[in-house]
Order: sequence, then C-alpha cells, then structure tokens
Amino acid sequence: MAMSREEIYSRVQGVLVDALGVDEEQVKPNARLRQDLGAESIDFLDIVFRLERAFGIKIPRGEMIPENVMTDPNYVQNGKVTPAGMVELKKRMPYVDLTEFEKDPQVDQLPFTVDAVVNYVQTKVA
Amino acid sequence: MRWIWIDKFTEFTSRASATAVKNVTLAEEQLHDLYPDFPIYPHSLIVEGMAQTAGILVGEASGFAEKVILAKIGRATFHQLVRPGDTLTFSAKIEQFSEQGASASGTVTTDGKVVAEIELMFSHIDQNMAGMEFPEHNFVFTEQFTELLKTYRSQGEITL
Repeated sequence: MAMSREEIYSRVQGVLVDALGVDEEQVKPNARLRQDLGAESIDFLDIVFRLERAFGIKIPRGEMIPENVMTDPNYVQNGKVTPAGMVELKKRMPYVDLTEFEKDPQVDQLPFTVDAVVNYVQTKVA
Repeated sequence: MRWIWIDKFTEFTSRASATAVKNVTLAEEQLHDLYPDFPIYPHSLIVEGMAQTAGILVGEASGFAEKVILAKIGRATFHQLVRPGDTLTFSAKIEQFSEQGASASGTVTTDGKVVAEIELMFSHIDQNMAGMEFPEHNFVFTEQFTELLKTYRSQGEITL
C-alpha cells in the first residue's frame, strides 16, 4: 500500500531534524531548507543519504537537486535564473512550486521547501 | 608533530569496515592541556581518530583517487573519559557511499567499554565544490596515511 502524505511528511521531518539539527517545530511545510533551516551544501548529501535509508529508495545524483542547472551559465546569469533556466528548472524540479520565484528568480532564493522534499519523495515511493 | 591519531589497523574490509587501535601515553603533550594534574585524552582527538579510521576506509574504496575530507560530524556521544595507558579501538563502518561522498558510523572502545559513538560524513571534494580548483595530487592521503594500510596488509612485516 502506498504511503500516505502524512507518513511521508513525518519521516521527512525526522530526516531534516537529524540532518540539520533543527527543532521539529521549525520544519514547517513552507520552510526553505537553505534559507530558513540553514542547510549548507554538504547537508544536501546528508539529506539524500538519510532519505534513501528512511524510505528504502535510491536518489541518483542531480535528481532531487539538479546542481548542474544552478552552475550552468546558460541557465544562471548575474545571480538570476534565465528564461531558459526557468524552463529547465520546471522540467527537472516539477515538485517545486516556482510560481512566486519566477517573478524575481534570484538563484539564492530558490524555494526548495520541506513540501518540495515531500513532493519529491512521494514520486519515488508511489 | 605528525597529525596521525591511530597507530595501526587490526582489521580492514574494503568498502565495508575497518578497525584501528591507538595507545594513549602520558608522554603526549595534549593530555596535559585540559585539566591541571588530571591528564585526559581530548574528545576532539577521539573524533579525529575515528575520522582517520573511517576516512582511510572511504578513500580506499575509490582506490585513493578521490580527495576525501571530513565534511560533517552528524553525532558524537561520549560515555567515559580516556586516560593515559588506555588502548582505544576505533571500529568504523561505511553506511552509504556515492560518487559525491560517504557516511560512516563508528564506535570507540577501551577494554570492551564504549567510550564514544560517532557518525561522520565525508565529501569527495572534487565532486562537490563545482568550480573550485584543488591541486591535482591527492593532498589528503599523504604517505603517512597510506603507510598505515600497507603495514596492515603486510601484517606488520618490514620489507627493506
């Protein structure tokens, strides 16, 4: 039987509490991992490892966080995601709500939220 | 001073687990710095010993082709003090390994009693620091580390 969203959310919350050393109350659906929960680059590898263990899934490099998009000069210029970059991000990260971000796409403001992680995991355990 | 905090490997299973020991002696300066007249082995060096045991294990898994650096201490719980004359046994296990890095867990014991439980993350820095340039040679695994493994594999025999 497929896991419910609540179950996935609760496990993701546990993963983020352990990986980032934050309190459970801080892990809200709209909290952004980097900006609100203080995740640094190595934390994302830690989170990937912990999600793999928690859900028994395999997360290939660049699938949850397509790092090569964010470092590609065709997709990011002067700290902003280009129109081509937006197309690529939407294709690669359909589990991230980019509606607000698109209005002022500063790359360091990418809304990679707790909800986005839950959405992503949901696609893997379905 | 040589920055090496394990004395020898006693077990090494490629890509899986490793055990190393360290004898703590009163002659070591760092034992005397924390409390006057009460020498103890610093916790930070217990973590470093585990990082070296697990780090060499992680490095060997890629044939020392990757530059492996300690990126994160996920957890370090200490249960008792380490005193001069103690022999520390570092048992490390690779939990997960990928192109970008590895996670490892380990237990440190002395006389069969648990001294510390440690979880570590290692990064293969050339795979993670996009755009940053590092020297081509592997500055992490210098001879002093690889010699430890060679000594273990030759069962301590010295070849001249």
